[in-house]
Amino acid sequence: MAVTSGRSTAGSRWSEFVVESLVRVAGFSTIGFVLLIFLFLAREGVPFFLDIPLSEAFGQFWYPTFDIYGTLPLILGSIMVTITSVAIALPLGLATAVFVREVAPSWARDILKPLIEVLAGIPSVVLGFFGMTLLAPAMREVLGIPTGLTAFTGSLVLAYMALPTMISVAEDALDAVPKSYRDASLAMGATQWQTIWRVVVPAAKSGILTAVMLGMGRAIGETMAVMMVTGNAGRMPLSLDSLIRPVRTMTATIAAEMGEVAQGSTHYHALFGIGIALFVITFMINLAAASAIFQKRRRGGLR
Amino acid sequence: MFGAVRVQPANAGSARRYLVQRLGFGLLILAALAVVIPILFVIGAIVVRGLPAISLEFIFGMPREGMKAGGIWPAIVGTVLLTLGTALVAIPIGVGGAIYLAEYAKDTPLTRAIRLAIVNLAGIPSVVYGLFGLGLFVLFLGFGTSIVAGALTLAIMTLPVIISTAEEALRAVPVEFRTVSASLGGTRWQGIRNIVLPQALPGIITGVILGLLRAGGETAPILFTVAAFYLPRLPQSPLDQTMTLPYHLYVISTQVPGMPLEIQYGTALVLLVLVLSLNLLASWIRGYYRRKRQW
Repeated sequence: MAVTSGRSTAGSRWSEFVVESLVRVAGFSTIGFVLLIFLFLAREGVPFFLDIPLSEAFGQFWYPTFDIYGTLPLILGSIMVTITSVAIALPLGLATAVFVREVAPSWARDILKPLIEVLAGIPSVVLGFFGMTLLAPAMREVLGIPTGLTAFTGSLVLAYMALPTMISVAEDALDAVPKSYRDASLAMGATQWQTIWRVVVPAAKSGILTAVMLGMGRAIGETMAVMMVTGNAGRMPLSLDSLIRPVRTMTATIAAEMGEVAQGSTHYHALFGIGIALFVITFMINLAAASAIFQKRRRGGLR
Repeated sequence: MFGAVRVQPANAGSARRYLVQRLGFGLLILAALAVVIPILFVIGAIVVRGLPAISLEFIFGMPREGMKAGGIWPAIVGTVLLTLGTALVAIPIGVGGAIYLAEYAKDTPLTRAIRLAIVNLAGIPSVVYGLFGLGLFVLFLGFGTSIVAGALTLAIMTLPVIISTAEEALRAVPVEFRTVSASLGGTRWQGIRNIVLPQALPGIITGVILGLLRAGGETAPILFTVAAFYLPRLPQSPLDQTMTLPYHLYVISTQVPGMPLEIQYGTALVLLVLVLSLNLLASWIRGYYRRKRQW
C-alpha cells in the first residue's frame, strides 16, 4: 500500500502525522503491555525464588499453612490435566475438522460451525458449573469412585474448551492444502478416504501441530473450570490412577489462594512465582505455535 | 474404444477400499456428533433447570439472605459496567493498533515484534492477567479493588482478539479502494477514514463484540481486581467494587453452602443468554454484511 498522496495542505499533513503517530503508539503499546506484565510478575514473584531454595520450591508438598511451598505437585497436576485433555481433544478435533472441510455436505457444515462457535463463547465458569453439578456426579456413578471431581473430569471439560480453537486452526490448515493435491491423488485411483489421510492431512501437518500447541496453551492456562471440576487436592499425581483422583493445577492454586494471602508474605510471592512459571510456559508454547504460522506466511502459504 | 477412458472393473481390493472409506466417514460423523451433542446438552440442561428460577424479581431484585433469595441485579449491572469500561479502553487501542498493522506498518523486525507481542498476549492465562492487574492497577497504581482496575486488566486481555480480527477486516478491503482514494488526491488517512474503515466496519464490530463478550464472561482476571463477594447495592463510582455475574456464579456454586440449586442454574442461564445473544448478534452482523458486500 505504498501510495503517496499528491498535493496536501499543511493542515492535512499535520493531521496525517498526528493520526499516524497515534495508531503507531497503539500498535507498539502491545509490546509495552507484555513487558509490563512480565515486569510486575517478576517484581512480586522473584522474591519467592530468593526466599526459598530451589530444591524446596520444587518440593513434593504444597502446604502453605505450614510454610511449605513445593510446587512440584501443582506443576505435575497441570501437565497431567493438559496432556489428557489434548489426548481427548486431538482425535475429536482433527476428525471434526476433516469432516467439516473434506466430507460434510454444506447443510451439515452450516449446523456444525455455528455450534462450535457457540461452544467457544460459553464462559469457562459456566462450563465449570456444569462439570461440577452434572458431569462429576455422573462420573462418580459410572466409574464407581468416591468423588467425581477428578483429573479426568477436568481434562474432559478442558478438552471441550480447547476444541473450538483446535478445530478452527486445523480447518484453516486443511483449507490451505491446494486442490491440485487432492485431484492428483484421486486421479491416481485413491479413494477420498485415502486421499484425506495420506495426502491432505500430511500436507497440513504443520498447521495441525499449531492447532495442538494452541489447544495445549489454552488447556494449561484455563483456570475457573479446572478449579471447579478437578477437586483441588495438592497431591503428587504419579500413577495412572491419579486420573480418577482429585488433582490440583497451577492456575487453580493461584485463583483459590490469592484472595486469602497477606500481601508481601512468602505465600503471596509464591503464587506470583507460579504466575511467572505459567507466563514462561505459555510464552514458549505460543512462540512455537507462532513460528509455525510465521513460517507458513513467509513461504506465502501453500496456496 | 479409442478416446474413451475405461474405468477399472471393481475388484475385491477396491470394494474393500470403499468399505474402509464408508466406515471411516462413519467414524468422522461420530466424532463430529461427539463434539456437538455435549454442547447442546450443556445448553439444554442449563436452560431447563434455570428457567424456573427466572422471574422479574430474580433479574431486577437485590440479593437477600446471604444471596439465598432475591435477585442478581447488582451482578448484572456490574458485568455490564465492567464490560463497557473494558470497551472504552480496548476499542481505541485495539482498532488503532489494527490500523497501524494493516495500513502503515512495514515488514520490519519491530513490526514482527508487535505481532509476537500480540500472540503472546493472546496466550497468557487469564489468571495471570489477574495477578498482573493486582500488582499494577490495584496495588502499585492504588486503584484498589475496583471497576477501573478490572476494566483495565480485561482490556489488555481483550486487545489481541480485537487487533487480530480488526486487522483481518481491514486487510480484506481491496487495495484498489485505497489507490482510487489516493488518485483522487486524498491523503492516506482520508482514504482510511472515508473508504477503508467504513468497508471494514462490520468485521471490526464483529471482532469487538466477540472480544468483549469473552471479557465479560471471564472470572479469573477479576477475582482479585474487581469482584465483591456479596454487595447488595449498585456501584456508585468507577473506584467501587462490584458483584459480577461470572464471579457470582462461582461464589454461589462453590463458596456458599446450602445454596438452592435453582438459583445457581438461574444465574448460569442469565449469563449464558447474555453471552450467547451477543455471540449471535456478532455472527449475524458478519453474515449480513458478507452477503451485502459488493466485492
